[in-house]
Amino acid sequence: MSKGSGETPPLSLYVPEPEFRPGDKPDFSNVPIPKAGAAQRPPVDVEAGDIRDLAYTIIRVMNREGEAVGPWADALTDEEVKEGLEDMMRVRAFDARMTMAQRQGKTSFYMQCLGEEAIACAFSKVLQRGDMNFPTYRQQGLLLSTDYPMSDMINQIYSNAADPLQGRQLPIMYSSKEHGFFTISGNLATQFMQGVGWAMASAIKGDTKIATAWIGEGSTAENDFHAGLVFASTYRAPVVLNIVNNQWAISTFQGIARGGAATFASRGLGFGIPSLRVDGNDYLAVYAVAKWATERARMGLGPTLIEHVTYRMGAHSTSDDPSAYRAKEESTSWPLGDPVERLKDYLIKRGVWSDAQHHQMKEMLESQVAEAQKQAEKNGTLHDGPHSSPATMFDDVYKDMPLHLRRQRQEAGF
Amino acid sequence: MARMTMIQSIRSAMDVAMGRDENVVVFGEDVGFFGGVFRCTQGLQEKYGSQRCFDAPISETGIIGAAVGMAVYGIRPCVEIQFADYVYPGFDQIASEAARIRYRSNNDFTVPMVVRMPTGGGIFGGQTHSQSPEALFAHISGIKTVIPSNPYDAKGLLIASIEDEDPVMFLEPKRLYNGPFDGHHDRPVTPWSKHELGEVPEDHYTVPLGKAAVRREGADVTMLVYGTMVYVAEAAAEETGIDAEIIDLRTLLPLDMETIEESVKKTGRCVIVHEATRTCGYGAELAAIVAENCFYHLEAPVIRVTGYDTPYPHAHEWDYFPGPKRVGDALKKVMEAA
Ligand SMILES: Cc1ncc(C[n+]2csc(CCOP(=O)(O)OP(=O)(O)O)c2C)c(N)n1
Ligand SMILES: [Mg+2]
Repeated sequence: MSKGSGETPPLSLYVPEPEFRPGDKPDFSNVPIPKAGAAQRPPVDVEAGDIRDLAYTIIRVMNREGEAVGPWADALTDEEVKEGLEDMMRVRAFDARMTMAQRQGKTSFYMQCLGEEAIACAFSKVLQRGDMNFPTYRQQGLLLSTDYPMSDMINQIYSNAADPLQGRQLPIMYSSKEHGFFTISGNLATQFMQGVGWAMASAIKGDTKIATAWIGEGSTAENDFHAGLVFASTYRAPVVLNIVNNQWAISTFQGIARGGAATFASRGLGFGIPSLRVDGNDYLAVYAVAKWATERARMGLGPTLIEHVTYRMGAHSTSDDPSAYRAKEESTSWPLGDPVERLKDYLIKRGVWSDAQHHQMKEMLESQVAEAQKQAEKNGTLHDGPHSSPATMFDDVYKDMPLHLRRQRQEAGF
Repeated sequence: MARMTMIQSIRSAMDVAMGRDENVVVFGEDVGFFGGVFRCTQGLQEKYGSQRCFDAPISETGIIGAAVGMAVYGIRPCVEIQFADYVYPGFDQIASEAARIRYRSNNDFTVPMVVRMPTGGGIFGGQTHSQSPEALFAHISGIKTVIPSNPYDAKGLLIASIEDEDPVMFLEPKRLYNGPFDGHHDRPVTPWSKHELGEVPEDHYTVPLGKAAVRREGADVTMLVYGTMVYVAEAAAEETGIDAEIIDLRTLLPLDMETIEESVKKTGRCVIVHEATRTCGYGAELAAIVAENCFYHLEAPVIRVTGYDTPYPHAHEWDYFPGPKRVGDALKKVMEAA
């Protein structure tokens, strides 16, 4: 080592700051929003290096006039789009009602996905029975857009006597193998790697099933994200890797996970994974990109990384109050708009939808949720019970209960 | 003297430590502008600037690994893991690295860092916001493990931990943040402002690591407890009328073996309580120490009351939590033994 000249200036630590904090007037006019229809749609067997642009742009289908334009505008029928709108509105109605139920003390906790509904709802349309999702806590749309019984979701949220998980899990940590919904973990990012492993197993077995893995932009900092990318890429796992970039991780803006400097999608390029950035508030764009990526996986072409650009309009959870750390008008100033309103405008523009129909659907869904809630409440709520027997606490730690647990259960008197 | 909650006293400890020593830095998930999800670091960024108190990416490996690197440089990181349940991605940095760097470098490099983490249940947090991993840390040679039970101790122990030359795992029983909780979940919580240990000096003081506190003197049975279980033990002693001597360990490692042995030799009986799972829990170590050192003074088998060996359930939180009824039954049982 040389002695050094001693002439360099003192160093200082760079700590990124979000542009806006409470009290500021948010202005996102500097956020580049590419024109709808502008991004190329490559063949599914493309090499990652040939579509680097797609990792930095935002793939968008619906333009400001509510028209679907460009190569990613897929051939969804009006009926299919209406169904998509209904799915999103069902999720929104469900979230509103469950947030209220938590406030009323019927459960301990809830997490909504307000503003992010298009992502899971559109994605679920390209999946098939037998595929497996490895979701985070913000993909309730994957269940609510299938035939999974809404009242069972509420039973789980209430930890009541009919909870399919016997009151073991925190509210919203659903699990349903039958519905392709892997048991949610409270530990961030773990599922991302597991989804890759599941997909590798499908390939090992010579099956045709594919997996999806999900992660929030903040959680891409965890080890499992990077491990997921290298395994998926190395073994060409039949998996779609989804990053939901809703700009915030509790109070921490995406810059702390080093968004901004480079996109989250671009993380995939270093591993040679085709990586796309999509307007997560554009149902039609998410659908098209999801279809493209799942097709790649099904054809054995390997993984795709998708960054869904969206915005967390609500609080992180019912334990959180964002007014302490972000500007009040941020969610309404966000340039990608509201996914429900945008799809509604599209259908109206097509002449197949009206405000009156929209209103009617909203009311219909609200009563659907209210009815499911009523059904669930017959089985009890968290604090008023009834619950499954406390003896069940000792079940399923292992397949066969070892002696020490049998003794503990006996001593407990359950 | 000021009245403080445990959140305020922990914040005050970091404030005092940062004020006295510009080498002290604080970081972790959401700890900067927002001040932490439990608000323990509120105001520190504003006061000391974002070079000394800042948000970290969501990477426990990164947070703890960075703290190791900084400590090796010679500054004193005090980092927050949002919940003890999320420390595991950072476990390699603790068990293989922080714990051994002094030893393997023959004192050439050292790691004076603190890893704070809220621990324990009682808040309907389910299996990923309720765990008590203290035994995992106490099992590792080269790190210290501290669990305060009140605002006064929390501040004094945290300052002592920050000033300590070795890595310290600092577990904060989150159910105690706002008041002493005795397990009677259906009764209103007493706030710290009504408790004598909620009186906390504003300035610098330390509570030494490795020194237990006798919370209640008694003649019949020794209760070895820490964290939330201190108050459950107090309630159980009061409700059974058994004259228990309650020892709040405060640090699991280094352990105040002398206070423990002296007490057990006096009472001849011992009940150990913790919220963590039973098998290979810290109570097993305590029971072994008591058996090895006080065997000829014992008049009854040592009993452990613990969380069951299952993940922490959501709906059955109060069936799982070792409350005053279960602890009282154990007290009666050791008293009935011949
Ligand atoms: C391993 C781990 N560390 C920390 C947490 C605490 N935590 C829960 S959600 C969250 C923020 C996650 O943000 P992001 O990944 O962006 O997802 P979003 O909530 O925005 O959907 C944090 C830090 C956790 N659950 N698990
Ligand atoms: Mg996020």
